[in-house]
Amino acid sequence: MMETPQNSYWVPVLLAAVAVAFALGPLALAWAWARFFSPQKPGRDKNATYECGLESKGDAWISFRSEYYLYAIIFLVFDVETIFLLPFAVSFGGLSAGAFLAMVIFLLLLVEGLVWGWRKGVLTWK
Amino acid sequence: MLDEGLRSELQKQGVYTTTLEELYNWGRANSVWPLTFGLACCAIEMMAASMARFDLARFGAEVFRPSPRQADLMIVAGTVTKKMAPLVVRLYNQMPEPKYVIAMGACAISGGPFKQGYNVLKGIDRYLPVDVMIPGCPPRPEALIHAIMTLQEKIRNQKLTGPDRPRHLNAEVAGEFPVPVCGEHDLEPSKNMEVWQPPVLKR
Repeated sequence: MMETPQNSYWVPVLLAAVAVAFALGPLALAWAWARFFSPQKPGRDKNATYECGLESKGDAWISFRSEYYLYAIIFLVFDVETIFLLPFAVSFGGLSAGAFLAMVIFLLLLVEGLVWGWRKGVLTWK
Repeated sequence: MLDEGLRSELQKQGVYTTTLEELYNWGRANSVWPLTFGLACCAIEMMAASMARFDLARFGAEVFRPSPRQADLMIVAGTVTKKMAPLVVRLYNQMPEPKYVIAMGACAISGGPFKQGYNVLKGIDRYLPVDVMIPGCPPRPEALIHAIMTLQEKIRNQKLTGPDRPRHLNAEVAGEFPVPVCGEHDLEPSKNMEVWQPPVLKR
């Protein structure tokens, strides 16, 4: 394409310059437009946090209590139990003794979690 | 400024001329992004207008933005209760300039069938500068499309400079409108006198 290898470096330099101009051009245009035609009008409402039209209350940086993980665990126990109990109940008649035993062990594992939570006092409403 | 005759003569030869003002207005008129904001049953018609049958996208206004930060147009679609009115005004304040308001339906322009109600605002034009009002209960999607075309017509004829340039190009005019608060019996203030004057009875 180019005659000498020295000259060929101008191609990426030109491309880089075009790329930078492509990025800076619209920004400069927007700045010039705001400067000469469309003035900025910040205000109390406009700068406020958008909250569906309501005035936002308090701080966005609130912390959730870490104890909520207990609710998540107890929810999971019942959730998984429901999902597995339904097919278990549907095919209950055709199950072998081994399958039944496996299911009971599985249920016991889940119930163990519930008992653990119960003894820990998670189920009492505070 | 090029006169119309020379301009049309040039156009016949394949030379198109334009002004910065026209270019600006052309771009703005064809990319009016409404706020996803429905208050009552008119919003159903607004949704229908943006769907395939009525296809608001033909007018560049299909991009309903769920945030006022990205919206140009507030379609007040439905009954504005007095509890909701401050929120409507605040949302309008949070939209960037230039911004426009279409009051859609009888409720938004006057209170409609609930005008006598104690809790209904008798027209959002009491607080906001409404550009286009659509009568109807509810107006059909065609009526909303017509309102958007009317708004586009208005945008196309706006001036970039001079004393009658629109609000967003004038640094002296404030960009925010006062948000009413719920008082004991009514909103306070009950109207923004800068945008709405009570009609004078002539006997």
